[in-house]
This record gives sequence, C-alpha cells and structure tokens, in this order.
Amino acid sequence: MDDQIKISCSNIWKLYGENPEKFLKENNNNPSTEQLKSNKYIPAVRDASIDVKTGEILVIMGLSGSGKSTLLRCMSKLIQPTDGQVFFEGKDLLKASDKELIEIRRHKMGMVFQHFALLPHRTVLQNVAFPLEVQGIEPIKREDRAKEVIKLVGLEGREKYYPRELSGGQQQRVGLARSLAVGPDVWFLDEPFSALDPLIRKEMQNEFLRLQNMLKKTIVFITHDFDEAIRLADRIAIMYEGLIVQVGTPEELITKPATDYVAEFTKDIPRSKLLNAESVMNNDDKKLYDNTVNCKEKIEKIASKVLKSEGSYSVIDENKKVIGSLSKKEIIKALFAEDKNE
Amino acid sequence: MNKIKTIFKGKFLFIFGPFFLLWLLRYIVPNYTISSKTPHWAYIPPKSCLGGCGSIDGFIPFVDWTNALIQFLRKYEIFGLFTFRDFTRGIANYVDKFLDFTEAVLHKGFPSYEIGPLPWIFIITLTVILGFYLRGWRLALLGGTCFAYLILFSKRGIWELSMKSLAAISVSAPLAALIGLCLGILAVKRKRFANFLWPMLNILQSLPHFSYLILVVIFVGIGTKAGVIATVIFAFPPMARLTILGLQNISQEIKEAGVMAGCTKWQMLFKVEIPAARSPIMLGINQVIMQCLAMIVIAAFIGQPGLGHDLLIRLQGLRLGEAFEIGVAVVLIAITLDRYSQALALKEPERREGNFVKRNPYLCATFFAIIICSILVFLFPFFNEYPKELTVSASVYLDNAIKSFTRSLFVPLGIFRDWMLIYFLMPLKAVFQSMPWTGVILFVGAIGWKLGKMRLALTVMLFVFFIASSGYWVRAMITLYMVFASLVICALIGIPLGIWASKKESRTKLVLNICDIFQTFPSFIYLLPAIMLFQISDVSAIFAIVIYSSIPMIRYTVFGLRNVPQHIIEASITSGCTERQLLWKVKMPLAFPEIILGANQTLMFALFMVMIAGFIGTVDLSQEIFRALSFSDGGKGLIIGLCVAFIGLTADRLLVEWSNQMKKKLGFIN
Repeated sequence: MDDQIKISCSNIWKLYGENPEKFLKENNNNPSTEQLKSNKYIPAVRDASIDVKTGEILVIMGLSGSGKSTLLRCMSKLIQPTDGQVFFEGKDLLKASDKELIEIRRHKMGMVFQHFALLPHRTVLQNVAFPLEVQGIEPIKREDRAKEVIKLVGLEGREKYYPRELSGGQQQRVGLARSLAVGPDVWFLDEPFSALDPLIRKEMQNEFLRLQNMLKKTIVFITHDFDEAIRLADRIAIMYEGLIVQVGTPEELITKPATDYVAEFTKDIPRSKLLNAESVMNNDDKKLYDNTVNCKEKIEKIASKVLKSEGSYSVIDENKKVIGSLSKKEIIKALFAEDKNE
Repeated sequence: MNKIKTIFKGKFLFIFGPFFLLWLLRYIVPNYTISSKTPHWAYIPPKSCLGGCGSIDGFIPFVDWTNALIQFLRKYEIFGLFTFRDFTRGIANYVDKFLDFTEAVLHKGFPSYEIGPLPWIFIITLTVILGFYLRGWRLALLGGTCFAYLILFSKRGIWELSMKSLAAISVSAPLAALIGLCLGILAVKRKRFANFLWPMLNILQSLPHFSYLILVVIFVGIGTKAGVIATVIFAFPPMARLTILGLQNISQEIKEAGVMAGCTKWQMLFKVEIPAARSPIMLGINQVIMQCLAMIVIAAFIGQPGLGHDLLIRLQGLRLGEAFEIGVAVVLIAITLDRYSQALALKEPERREGNFVKRNPYLCATFFAIIICSILVFLFPFFNEYPKELTVSASVYLDNAIKSFTRSLFVPLGIFRDWMLIYFLMPLKAVFQSMPWTGVILFVGAIGWKLGKMRLALTVMLFVFFIASSGYWVRAMITLYMVFASLVICALIGIPLGIWASKKESRTKLVLNICDIFQTFPSFIYLLPAIMLFQISDVSAIFAIVIYSSIPMIRYTVFGLRNVPQHIIEASITSGCTERQLLWKVKMPLAFPEIILGANQTLMFALFMVMIAGFIGTVDLSQEIFRALSFSDGGKGLIIGLCVAFIGLTADRLLVEWSNQMKKKLGFIN
C-alpha cells in the first residue's frame, strides 16, 4: 500500500507570529484555538495530515483563508511549515537540501497558479520552455518539447504570442503547458480556474479532465468552488480555519458529512449530480430485470429514464454482476429527501 | 477641512503653546533677540562650547570634525600604500578612459587614427530611427527636431557643447544605473543591508547638489571626470530605490513559478525577477538620465565643460539672449532624453513573423541608413561637418526682445516686486528670523508626538537640534522662510489650478502634459526667466522656486481629486449636491491627504531650488554653500548640505505621516 502513496503529510502546522516554533513546543504541539488567539498567532494550517495516492485527483476545498493554499505550498515546500513532516515518494522534503529540492522541482513537480504567473517578457513558446531552459536543456530540444505540450493544450499557432495578447483562458492553457513541460509526476493546481469566467471555467475543467485521462498524473487541486470539486475529484479534503475537517469521496461527504460545517456546504448541492446508482439502490433486491444501469452512473443521468419506465432497473457492477436494483421509489427518495443522513 | 479640525481638536494649545511662549519672550527678556550682541541661549544657539575652534559658530563643531575626517582621508595611507584620495582618483582615471572614448566618438574624433567624430547626419538619422522603433513618428519627430535645432543654431558652438554634455551623460548614466541596480538587488536580498541603505538614500536624495560638488572637488579634482563622478553619485539613489520597489512588488506567484520550475538563485534573479520588474527598473533608468542631465548642467560650477558651463558664463554676464539659446538647447535635450527613455521603459516586446527583414525591420533600417549616410558623408562634405555659414543665431534679436519686453514691463514688474518684498516677504522673513530654536524643537516634537509616535518625535527633534547646534541656525531659518513663502505661493497657484484641471478630462490631460514637460527641465534653467523679469532679488529667487516647485502641487491636487471613488461622487450627486458642495464637502476632504503629499513634494523641490537660487545672491544657507564651494571647504559644504537635508526630512517625515494617518481614517489604506 505504501508505494501507492506519493505525498504524505503528517501533522503539518503553519503559524504566523513571533517565534511560532517555540510557541508550538510549549503547547505540546497542539495549542487550542483560544491559546492561539490570546497569543496573537495566526494559524494558517493546523495539524494537517493527509496522503496523496498515486494517480488520484485530490481536491483540497475550503473558503478563502481556510489554509488550503498554504497546505499546498507546504507540500511543495514553497513555504517551510512550522512543524510536521512531508514525505515525497518516501523522501523527507523538509530535510532535503536546496540542491535536492531544485532537482525534485525540475523533474517531478509541476504547478499551475491562480493568476497564471506567466513571465510577461517571454512568448508562449519561451514561457513553456522556461522550466526546461533552467535545467540547461539545449534550445532545439526544449523548443520541440515545448511545441509538443503547446499542441497538447490546444494552443498550436500561438507559439510566438506574448501573454498580454491572449485571453484569460488561453493564458491558463499556457500555465498548464508550462507545468507539464518537464513531464512531472505530481501536478499541483492552485485555484487554476478561479480567475476565469464561468463559461470558460467549465471549458477548462473539461480540458483538464481530458488531459488527466491521457496523462494520469497524481494531482493536488485547490478550489473554493464545491461544484468544481465534485466534478473533478476522486477525493475531497475540506478545510476550515486551517483544519482538515473531512477527507472522502464526494459521495461520502454528502451522505456522511463529518461536521455541520461540511453538511452546510453540501446542503445546496444537487444530489443527482453526485450520487451514483450504487449509493441509492435497494441492496436487498438482486433480481435481474430487463433494463440495467451501471453502478457508477450518476443519478442525474439515469433519473429520467427510470422515472419514465414502469418497472425497476438492475444495478450491475463492472463484472456485470447484479448488486441491487433501482425503482421510482429510490430515485424520488434520492432526489427529494431532505434528511438522508440519519 | 473638517478633517484638519478633528485631527487638531484640543491639541492646538499643546502644539503651538510652548512655541508661542518662547517666541513671546523676546518682548520680555532683555538680550533675547537677534539684535542684541549676546542673544539669549534659548533664542539663538550659543557659539562653540566645546573648546571653540574659531572659524565655526556651532556649539558642536561638526564642521571641524568633518574637515578633520576629510584631512585624514586625504593624508592617511591605508597599509602605508595609498590614501583614500589616491583611491578615488584612481577610480576617476578609470572613468576618464570611458569618457575619452565617448568624447572621441561624439566630438573629438580619433586624431591618432585620423578619424573624425561621428558626423551629424548619423546622429540625427539614428535618433530618428530609434524614435520610430521606440514609439512612432511623433517621438522620431521630437528627436529629429532636437538635433536639428542643435546643429542649426550652432553658431556659438551649441552642437559641440551638447556633444560634450551628452558624452558625459553617456558615461555617467550607465554607471549610475549599474551602481543603483546592484545596490537595489543587494538590499532586496539582504535585509540588513536594506536597513542601512534606506536612510542613506533618504539623506543622499535630500542633499543639495553643491554638497556633492565640494566633496568631489576635494577627492577627485575639477574638470570633466569630476563632473561625471559627482553626477554618478547624485544620480544613483533613484535607481536603487526603484529597483528595490520593483523587485519587492513582483507578484508572489511569479516568484513561486520560478521556484517550482527549479531555478537556482541566480537563474531566479536574472531570468525571473529582473525581467518581471523590468518596467520600474527602466523607469529608474529614465530618472537616472534626467538626474544626470540636471547635474551635468550644475557641474559647470566645478569646471565641467558643456552646455551648463556656457549657460553659467552667459548668465553671469547677463547676456540673456545667448543664455536663452543655450537654455532652449538644454530643454530640448531634456525633453528628448526623457521621452526616449520613457518610451524604452514602456516598450512591450512585439510579435513579428515572416522573413528576416520582416522580423527585424528596424535593424535593417539602421543598417541601410548607415550605408546611405556613409555614402553621403563620403561624397558631400556638407554631411560630414555642417558648414558654419549656414548656422544661425537669434541671440541678438532675443536680446533686443528681452530688453524691450522687460523695459515695457519695467514699471509694473518693479511695483509688483517692491510690493511683494515690503508686504509679504520682509515681514515673513522677520518672523522666521525671530524663531527661537528651542521653540522650534518643541514644536516639531509636539507634532511628531501627536501624530502618535515617540520615535518620530525624537527623530525630527534630533534633526532640528543638529541644525541648531551646527551654527547655521539663522541662515537655515532664512532658507526655511524662502521655502515657506514659495510653498504658500505654490499652494495659492497650484491648488486652484489643480481644481480647475480636474473638472474635465481634456483639461487634466493638458495640464498634466505641461507639468510633464516642465518637470524635465534641469532646475538651473528656471533662473533664466527669473533674472529676466526681476533682476537679482529675493523675488526673482522665489519666482524661480515657484515655477519649478508648483508642479507637484498641481499634479497631486489633480490626482487626489480625480481619484475620488466614482460611487461616492454619484452618491453625492444623487443626494442633491451642487457642483460647489460636491467640491468642498466631498471631493476636497477626500483629496486632502494627496494634497498634503503634494505640499511635501513641493517643499522638497523648493529646497533644491533654493540652493540653486543662491547663485543669484540670497543670504541663506545657499550663500554659505557657494562660499564653501569657492574655498573647497568640504566640511562646511557637507554640514550645510546635511542642514538642508534635515529641514527636508523633518517636513517629509511629519507630512507623510500626517497624510498616511488621514488616509487610514478615510479607509484608503490599512
């Protein structure tokens, strides 16, 4: 199991204030909210432990100021955490030398930023080739590679443009291309689509999913938009005031919210978008009916056909095995029930 | 206006009380005033009490100490090898090598290779192409006009003089820019160095030009290389400042992008940080060039040949027509240099695709222009050396015009001048001269303390104490009077003009453009109209100061008024404000912090100009500094310079803090 874990964070603390290390030690590495407040420390991340599995999309979700960006920066060691440990492929990042860090960043990590962070004096091609350039790869090679990635994100023909000549969506495509240029294992995305218009955002989310289907990276994705989180995530970690409140699949968050805060978040989410056949089916009825649906199918997609038909549907898993059934009753309950969580 | 009241509510007595009490003592205590032979110690700072070194009146002999230090630096041999002065002169000799080259290119030629200087046609053509490249035909036209004027009016050698000045600038500007850039980078990377550099920059930027000149004369000597060195020292601080600001203002994300790409420290600096801060750094270069030009003109006082030198001689001889011709040349060069370097700062890289010529049109144009010019120069001597017969000079007509102009205005101008002197300037001067130093210290301290900072209060009190103890108290007060009088007039002109200009977009543009142009002139130029109109008197000095330093007053007023948030204005209009109510009840109170900053800038400009106005005979600190210059008295020059700097810094600290607090109260900043 261990080799499946790409990044492992344990007990990460990031406090702002005077001599936070000493303060943490004095309070047994676990000061309370009151202690923090009365000593005028600002906690950005508190005791965060989380593992990122190889090949998954982990979305860290929270409102502004909840510490999600800080946690991401601790993972890439852009910020030195006050306390805690970060293991990247089993290597202790916080003990790595500057040289080792540079090597890791040059080959294993890619990062996309909220405001794109493109270098204004470089063309699209030069921006994308930048991470290769600082590695010292020769011009022809790096430009070929850059062109490849630019094609991948659909910006062919714009190689010689300057960032200011591009729209926001196109600029972020450049950002995506730059972060992919070195072929990293881990892809950090810090609210990559938050600065874009809603329509463009949707388009970029699709683009992102398309890329991920091809590339299968390990992804840590930050967002404050719960809809976005649900669309993209394999697992979601919800943060509140520096704490990780809950980690789980989208379904788990909706069906079993750990706290009222999470429940408040998930309340307005249309359940049909989130719940799949498996999570609402009748487990006892394992008969094979004429019609079948896949267990991973979202309710949104199957609701209308179940409601229109008279009989029940069988729910089958990947091996075509019947694991339950769906009738109108279950669908209606899933769509309209107010208190699904007992 | 209510804002001012609230800030001072109940504090008025606290701030002005002690000052007035001490001031009123002159009517009660005998021997208290300046007119008595041994004035009271609380009124005029007593003379030396530390053993008295004779020449200096200060009760702390700063001047003697400084001179002792200078002597030490001149005489003491480090490791028994060379003195500090040898070191500085050594550097100067290196600078001289660069200077030899630029001078050879621009006006001396290379006699040993039998090559003449660059023919004028090259200089004009290349300037025009550069103008096209940087912004377009308007800039090209400006550059072309400038050099065409220089060559056309070179009957009295304006072309050669300009080339001399430009040769000096083309050495000093890159040097100053490089030094400023390095110091700026170092300050950003090393916090401790920044803590040292900031106050140094503050003082360096408020020292008057002449303090530098005197020290340079001592450590380098006189002539062109000394002028260049003085210019470099004078011009690097804005570059350092803008580099620091530029590097600090790079967005965090861009830096993180650099780190995540795996940049080493040097890659970060050269590939990410400096390019990302390109615009502010280039603006720094613009500032450096303008400072260089201003200083090169003033360096005439230490024998720097060039436009400044001839301008100085013409002014001293009151040959105003000729002076005017040179003045126009200086102004044209100033505007051209300013616009070109600004265009360079704002230049964005352009995307060009196609073959080599299409991708590099200006490179090719330059190449062809050089070929064509070379052929022309080869075939026609006209293009090599502009014939003297074809040059013109309007100085005779100008002289006559100026004479008849001043003659026809002699009576009204005379009446105005006398009226100003008798009813405004003389009484004001008397007030300032009679200020007791103890009272002034308490006064600034009280303001500083009321602005809420003990540290601020102590700093400004220390500044004032330095001035008092250095022995130049009365002179400093006269300087302050000139500055204050100018400030009042500037406010009377600048604020109404700013209000008028802020009413309409078109007016704003017009006024700001005029401000831009006026601001590029080297300050020395403003003496020209002042002498023309008011001969030699306090009025002409103040006239020169006022034209030079009302620019920031206007600029900040316009800025403050135009930056009042649109929604507040709309809310006021819908509440039924008349135009007048809108101005006085809404816009002015909100713009007031900016106007205070404008007043602060005006004060700084005025201080600089007062020092230059010493040239036309005022009796304040500037006269002393001119004396120090003629005796090469480095200690005196530096200490007076520091007095001037501290006047400026005292006002600056208090006004900026005041403005910031008002902005905080209005919620503009947190």
